Amino acid sequence: MSATKASRIGEEIWKTRIDKVNAELVTLTYGTIVAQLCQDYNSDYQEVNKQLEKMGHNIGMRLIEDFLAKSGVGRCANFRETADMIAKVGFKIFLNVAPTVTNWTSDNNQFSLIFDENPLADFVELPDDGRAQDELWFSNILCGVLRGALEMVQMQIEAHFVSDVLRGDDTTEMRVSLVRYIEDEMPPEEE
Amino acid sequence: MAAPPRHVSMLSISNSNSNSNAGTPQSTSSEKPQTPQPPSTPQPTSGLRVPSNRKTIYDRHLNRSRNAESSRASFAYLFAEMVAYAQRRVKGIQDLEKKLNEQGYPLGLRLLDLLFYRSTSTSSSALSSSSTSSSPPNRPLRILPLLHLIHGPLWRLLFQRSADALEHSVSPDTPNEYMITDNDPLVNTYISVPRELNMLNCAAFIAGVIEGVCDGCGFEAKVSAHNQPTEMWPSRTVFLLRFGDSVMEREKVLERAGVK
Repeated sequence: MSATKASRIGEEIWKTRIDKVNAELVTLTYGTIVAQLCQDYNSDYQEVNKQLEKMGHNIGMRLIEDFLAKSGVGRCANFRETADMIAKVGFKIFLNVAPTVTNWTSDNNQFSLIFDENPLADFVELPDDGRAQDELWFSNILCGVLRGALEMVQMQIEAHFVSDVLRGDDTTEMRVSLVRYIEDEMPPEEE
Repeated sequence: MAAPPRHVSMLSISNSNSNSNAGTPQSTSSEKPQTPQPPSTPQPTSGLRVPSNRKTIYDRHLNRSRNAESSRASFAYLFAEMVAYAQRRVKGIQDLEKKLNEQGYPLGLRLLDLLFYRSTSTSSSALSSSSTSSSPPNRPLRILPLLHLIHGPLWRLLFQRSADALEHSVSPDTPNEYMITDNDPLVNTYISVPRELNMLNCAAFIAGVIEGVCDGCGFEAKVSAHNQPTEMWPSRTVFLLRFGDSVMEREKVLERAGVK
């Protein structure tokens, strides 16, 4: 399936099958979660990143079913197709954005998602404490969502942000790597 | 008077000049004098790096996301994680509701600014470009306009509809109590409360938002969320607002003075 076809599917589902809310409600709710974590962990941003990833993993494991039910798409033929499906259908129907898929490695096992828009980070400025911009990945929950969701469809992946406009970078980029296809249907790890 | 935010702020504007301000009374009176020379690495006014393409919150119009939409599912997932996270750190329903309330509170403080900003920008644009006629922010001075602000604009900003009812306590003992009702709160749509927690109402989060709005306006209040199901509306929730004595006293003074 081509990227343009995936985009069309994403648009179509977003328009016809998705219950909507004000985007600012989502933005502000997420901001509240991050602020609470920063407070509870005394601005130990490494730990905040970790907790956000865990929360995302919880969400991803449940979200995938919702995704499959709403999209009705079948199994992807390869990892490249998976990437388009994530970017153009998954992100579209849950956050109404469609990041760009790019920077593939030659073995087709690693790609980047570039976010022109990141609704989670609207209204956000990181604390000016000299550390947050070096240590906190504000939108780290998204990495966990991808890991959790793909785990449920037999893909073990690793995802992390490599740049973020909130840190003063020019782009917001997430790197996603396929670790392996999970052969046996193992029960999900307890988080 | 506004209570200080109970929350570590994600905004850095408020504390960015805290160490450079030598004119504050605390630092001049009792504390040892600060070293006059600047720190070894001279810092710009704000230490934050910004993207060279100026993708910062300051370059973005505040109304850009005004009509933007996201999926209800995303909100539900995030809210569920917020509740689950809070639940792991508390004992009992009251604690949990308190925690959710505390998370909503700073949101209310900030939504207030956004509401005022938008209420002026729409009225001035409606009055074409004549700059003289744009009215200042309509900050409520009395309780009733404040309640209308919550019942109407705040609810519409969050949930794209007004709340369902606004009532004043009928008991003469509690003239400081007001109730705002939502027949079907969005926050509870996907939450099924286990039987042993049946008193729990996760809309305590929204109660916290309301409390933040009240405090931010200078109306000290305690706000709580209560289940009041009816046959037609099983998740009907009543937000009970209890204003403090100082607010009620001021209310009387303003009433005598004829302030609306």
